Amino acid sequence: MKVCDLVKKLNLTVISGHEGLENEISGGYTSDLLSDVMGNIQDGNIWITLQTHKNIMAIASLKEIAAVIIVKGFKPNTDTIEQSNDEGIPILSTAMEAFEISGKIYELIKY
Amino acid sequence: MIFKYEIEGGNFTKAGNASSNVKKTLKQLNVNPSIIKRIVVALYEAEVNVVAHAYKGEITADITPERICICIEDDGPGIPDIDLAMQEGYSTASQKVREMGFGAGMGLPNIKKNVDQLNISSQVGKGTIVELTTFF
Repeated sequence: MKVCDLVKKLNLTVISGHEGLENEISGGYTSDLLSDVMGNIQDGNIWITLQTHKNIMAIASLKEIAAVIIVKGFKPNTDTIEQSNDEGIPILSTAMEAFEISGKIYELIKY
Repeated sequence: MIFKYEIEGGNFTKAGNASSNVKKTLKQLNVNPSIIKRIVVALYEAEVNVVAHAYKGEITADITPERICICIEDDGPGIPDIDLAMQEGYSTASQKVREMGFGAGMGLPNIKKNVDQLNISSQVGKGTIVELTTFF
């Protein structure tokens, strides 16, 4: 499934990084501990988190993930948005909590 | 080839810049992508350690056709007990750093898992030198 398909199915808001909406999703990872994500997320994964600062995009770029979903309606910082646009890695937003959105995504992409 | 990068203590907005540059260089050199991924995880953790704990630091990456050696040297408080610092879950990070999602005590263990050789030397009150080597 592509990032843009997930956006439509779950009614997510695309905040930035529109260039990456065609990225293929290989799986997902839900965590707010950056070292945990750095150590365990796989390339092409979608990352579900409540963190909003710029370092999430450093990790997203280094690990070549498909997109970041920020939960609970939190807004990313301006410099986070800038880096998302520079890297072409989308930041998506949802009002749902991490548990709920993770469950929905799992249902959609499980094999 | 030798590359040098400066790290500013406390400045999280620049954390990851050196890792990103090293990644680009290794890609240009056609290093195996799975090896690049592991090096980048280790270097990012090392960068964040300097930003979170030290006053300033310098990264020197020395790349040959066979291997990469990265030395991260900082002016900082040093590590009194390196064995303890290597334990998963042990952290001395500040509350502010933890709120950002860092400081889970996974940095040094992540580095160890992702490189072929790791050497840490530290002097309390002076600073820490972390040396990483990975063979291609």
